[in-house]
Amino acid sequence: MKHGRWRFLLGALVPALVLHVVFVLSPYAQAFWLSLTDWTGVAGEARFVGADNYVRLGGDSLFLDAVRNNALLLIVVPLVTIAIGLFLASMLRTSSARIGQGYRIVFFFPQLLSLVVIAVLWGFVYNPNTGLLNSGLRAVGLGGLAHSWLAEPAFALVAVMAVLVWSSVGFYVVLFSAAIEGIPRELFEAALLDGAGKWATFSRVTLPLVRESVQVAFVYLGIAALDAFAVVQVMTVGPGGPDGATEVIGLSLYRTAFTYGKFGYASAMGVALFFATLTLAVLALRSGRRERLELA
Amino acid sequence: MTLLQTRRTPVEAPPSPATKRTNPLPGIAMFCWAVVTALPLLWAVISSFKTDDEILNSPWSLPASPQWDNWARAWTAASIGRYFLNSLIVVGAALVLTMLLGSLVAYALARYEFRGNRLIYYVFVAAMFFPVFLALVPLFFVVQQLGLLGTYAGLILVYTAYAVPFTVFFLHSFFRTLPSEIAEAAFLDGCSHGAVFFRVMLPLARPGLVAVGIFNFLGLWNQYLLPLVLNPDPDRYVLAQGLAALSVSQGYRSDWSGLFAGLTIAMLPVLVAYVAFQRHIRAGMTAGAVK
Repeated sequence: MKHGRWRFLLGALVPALVLHVVFVLSPYAQAFWLSLTDWTGVAGEARFVGADNYVRLGGDSLFLDAVRNNALLLIVVPLVTIAIGLFLASMLRTSSARIGQGYRIVFFFPQLLSLVVIAVLWGFVYNPNTGLLNSGLRAVGLGGLAHSWLAEPAFALVAVMAVLVWSSVGFYVVLFSAAIEGIPRELFEAALLDGAGKWATFSRVTLPLVRESVQVAFVYLGIAALDAFAVVQVMTVGPGGPDGATEVIGLSLYRTAFTYGKFGYASAMGVALFFATLTLAVLALRSGRRERLELA
Repeated sequence: MTLLQTRRTPVEAPPSPATKRTNPLPGIAMFCWAVVTALPLLWAVISSFKTDDEILNSPWSLPASPQWDNWARAWTAASIGRYFLNSLIVVGAALVLTMLLGSLVAYALARYEFRGNRLIYYVFVAAMFFPVFLALVPLFFVVQQLGLLGTYAGLILVYTAYAVPFTVFFLHSFFRTLPSEIAEAAFLDGCSHGAVFFRVMLPLARPGLVAVGIFNFLGLWNQYLLPLVLNPDPDRYVLAQGLAALSVSQGYRSDWSGLFAGLTIAMLPVLVAYVAFQRHIRAGMTAGAVK
């Protein structure tokens, strides 16, 4: 049996490991090296330039726009999504099973769609003349609020945020309501008997007990906000416009590499994005390490 | 009465059904969000049956007569049909390969003790924490050097490589919880290691396989960044890529109804499949986060 054991293990592990090393590990490792070179894609002509690319990033105004926009997305999108998600999930708790089931089905729809489909759809919704939003506003007599949502610098990023929130709320409603269902009913009944109002019940019972799910949600939504590539690339003018108003790091990287061929410089952007992601994950996971509530 | 009052006042919703006072707020809030979610989708489906003129001049009205021609035009002239088929080929093959390799690795690492076991596990799982953007530039050249740029095989292998880490992570804990008695009995009956895996353990792991399979299918079906970089040949565009290209191409900018039809073709099959299998799908999609 000994012999067969090793043959099986090799057969099980080697193909996946080869794929992993060739297509995942080696590109990640190469990216760190490339970020220290001025490589433009010609084989063998990567010159080591040390930290030059990173210094240049600090003075690249479009890249700084991208960092600012990603930071804004990172603050707004998770907060708004989690707030709406928690609100709807605690509303679902009090509704009847059948109605709740129906709402869960509908809320989850956007989660199934590719971000490209969502971006094309919302491009139509935001269309200044024929879009759902402006024509709806005009239909109810609020035509004065109609805007060229994606063409005005003041609204373009907000429009992107709205799409990201719209596309993710449903998933977190389902996630949070599963976590809320896991809370023993007696706790809510006890809170009710102790005279806790709706807000007190939510903030003192529900929220502490779904804390881990909220933390996971922050990490996932944060990572999505640091990306935002597909929505921006497909939906916004330019893309990334108007005038850098919706530029994001991923888009800068993509353009720098595959339009301008500055592969070393683009890799430095990738490394910057990696450290942003890492910092986010570490911060979010450590902040919750304090005390764990144990249910008796 | 006073006694009843003092008992009632602190309690927002009294438990007895006779005195139940329903609060309208939850119902209104949920209804509003359902409208916000469903209205744009419904609007796109309805618009896909309208003429360009109707779309431009009365965005909120129903079509006078359904324009099936829009769908036909999108499917053939705008190549949505071809993109759909490309997606099916690439995602189907990558999904089979991912499930096979992922479950083999997860099983081997979960049920066999050997030197380097933990190391291999972490090498796989660590990859989940890296943004794909970081790998993008070198990955492009790796695929190019292998001569796989713009081929089905290239996309299938890269999709698989990037889907395996989560699959391993998810199924590893799943295989750990399976009882070992059945496997031991099979070994005593003379089954080989491979036979125990394929005939005994894999069927036992079915719920986990379904969950992670659904998760992988949707993730791969909706993939955009990887094909955008690795699949430059318009004949081999996958659905998301083709739709994005159509929406920005000048020729189709004016064909509103065709674009709406293409959009609807891209989203309807997934939504219909979801409504049919919704419980499984939601469980599969949230499984990764709940763990």
